Amino acid sequence: MSAQQDIVQPYNTLRDNLARRDRSLREKVVTLEEAASFVNDGATVGIGGSTMSRTPMAMIWQLIRARKKNLSCSRCIISSDGDLLIGSGTSNHIMSSWFAQGILWGLSKVMRHYTEKGLVRFDEWSHMGMGMRFRAGAMGVPFMPMRSMLGSDVARIRPEVKEIDCPFTGEKLLLIPALNPDVALIHVQRCDAYGNAQIDGLQFMDIDLAMAANRVILTTEQIVSNDQIRRAPDQTKIPFFCVDAVIEVPYGSAPHECYGVYEPMLEHMEAYVKQVNSDPIGGMKKYLDEHVYGPKTWNDFLSKIGLDEIVAASRRGRSIFDD
Amino acid sequence: MTEPARHTASELLAILASRQLKEGQVVFAGIGVPLLAATLAQRLRCPGLTILFEGGVIGAFVEPGKLPPSTNDQRCTKRANMVLGSAEVLLLLQRGYVDVGFMGGAQIDQYGNLNSSFIGDPEHPKTRLPGTGGGNDISSLTNMIVAMKHEKRRFVEKVDFITSPGFIRGGKTRAESGLPQGGMFRVVTELAVFSFDDKSKRMKVLALNPGVTREQVQENTDFELMFDERMDVTEPPTDHELTALRTLDPERLFTA
Repeated sequence: MSAQQDIVQPYNTLRDNLARRDRSLREKVVTLEEAASFVNDGATVGIGGSTMSRTPMAMIWQLIRARKKNLSCSRCIISSDGDLLIGSGTSNHIMSSWFAQGILWGLSKVMRHYTEKGLVRFDEWSHMGMGMRFRAGAMGVPFMPMRSMLGSDVARIRPEVKEIDCPFTGEKLLLIPALNPDVALIHVQRCDAYGNAQIDGLQFMDIDLAMAANRVILTTEQIVSNDQIRRAPDQTKIPFFCVDAVIEVPYGSAPHECYGVYEPMLEHMEAYVKQVNSDPIGGMKKYLDEHVYGPKTWNDFLSKIGLDEIVAASRRGRSIFDD
Repeated sequence: MTEPARHTASELLAILASRQLKEGQVVFAGIGVPLLAATLAQRLRCPGLTILFEGGVIGAFVEPGKLPPSTNDQRCTKRANMVLGSAEVLLLLQRGYVDVGFMGGAQIDQYGNLNSSFIGDPEHPKTRLPGTGGGNDISSLTNMIVAMKHEKRRFVEKVDFITSPGFIRGGKTRAESGLPQGGMFRVVTELAVFSFDDKSKRMKVLALNPGVTREQVQENTDFELMFDERMDVTEPPTDHELTALRTLDPERLFTA
C-alpha cells in the first residue's frame, strides 16, 4: 500500500506547500542562473509545451549547465529536450506519451541508447493519460477517471494506475494518479514582472501544469507592463500567484518553435539529429560541449544557430498572423 | 503494381486512405500520411470534413506546401476554427464527438492491435520505439483507420506490445476490456485495404490494390488472412488525386 500512496502527494502536503509559497503580488524577475537554484537534484520537473513547440529550452539548457542530477521529467510529448536531459545525465527518468526528436527523423538513438541499456527510465503514458495526471494535480484531487489505456499493455506495465468498476454504472474505468511536479518550466510569449502570463496559440497542457506544480519557473519572450496585461486579460492563461520566477529570454524555445514568434529552426535540428543519432554518446558530448556548456550566455548559443536561420524562422513564425 | 513509376508507395497510401473518409465526418488525424490524406479528402471530395489534431486544433485547414512537422506546431492552427488545450481536444474523443481516428502504424496484428512502444520483451526490448502519443486514446475511443507500410515484420500474428488497442484478442474482448466503443475500421497499405470480420474480429482483405494478387498480400503477412467474399479491386489513383496530393506536399515531406 505504501508504494501506492507514494505515487500521489497527500492533499494536506500539497496545501501546506502552497501555503508556504510567497504568493504576494511582487516582482519576480531573476536570471536563468538564479532560477536554476529553484531546482534541486532529484526533483520532479514538469516541462511545458509539446514536441517542438514552446519548449522551455533556455531553462532546460541552464539546468544542464548547472549540472543538476537525477531529475524526473514529465512532458506530454518530449523531443530533443529529452535527449539533452538524459544525454547530459541531468535526468534519469522521463514520463511522456512519446519520445523522439520529431516524426521527421524516426527514432531517437539517444533515447534508445539510454532506455535499452536500462540507464534511464522512460515511463510511457497515453497522451490523455499525461493530461489527466496534470489535470488531477491542478484540481487538487488524487486521480482522474479515464476510459483510454484500458485493455492495452500501456496500462498493464504502469503499476501506478488502478482499474475500477464505476460505483454508479458498474463500467470499467481507469484511475490516473495526480502529478504535482516539484517545479514546472513553462515558456510563454509575454508576461509581466509578477508572472501574469499570456500564451498565444496552442496552450497544450501548460495551464494544468502551472496549477499542479509546487513551483513555476516562467521564461518569456518579453516582459511587458501590468497595464499591457490588463488590456487583454482574456489572453492571460496563468495567473501571477502560480508563478515563482520570471526570466526574459528572447528566443527561449530555440531551436524549437514559439507560436507567432518563430517556427522550429530545422537546419539546426537536422544537424543535431544527424550528429547524435549517428553517435548517441560522442555526438551528444560534442553537442553539449559546443552548444550547452561552451557558450557564455543564451545569446551566445543563439549565435551558434546563426542569424540567417533565426531570421528565417522568425519570418515563418510571424506569417501565422498573415491572411 | 502495373505502373510503379507513376507514384510512390506513400502517395498510393495517402490517396487510398483519403478515400476512406466521408463528407461531414469529424476526423482525428495523426501526423504524416494521415494528416496529408485527411487534408486531401477535405480539398477533393469532403469540404465539410472537420480535422482535429492532438496539439489542440479543431477544423484544421492546412496550407499546401506548408505541412506542419508535427500535429503540435503552429502551422496546424492556420485557418482553423478553434484552438484549445491538448487534454480538451483528446477529451472530445472520450465524449464521442469524433467519428473516425486516422493514424499511421509501425506494427499491427490480426486483431488490429498496434505497437509503437517495444520490439521484443518490454522488460529488455530489442528496440524502444517512441511510444503511443495520442494513438492509444484515439484507438480506445473511436473507429480507426490505419495507413501503414505492408511488410511481413509489420503484419504479425500477435504484437509484442499493445500500444493502441484494436480488438485485443478478437471476439468481444475489446468491450470486455472496458472499451465498449470504437475499434479498427480499416487498414490501408500499399498492397490492399482491410476491414475486420464482424464476429471473430480478425483482419480480412476488403479490396486488393491495382495489380496486386491475393498471394502477394498473404506472402507479406505473418498470419493467415481472411478474404472478403465480395473482395474488390481498388481503382488506381487518378491524375486529379495525384496532382492535388503533390500540391499539398511538394517537398515530399510525408510522401517520399
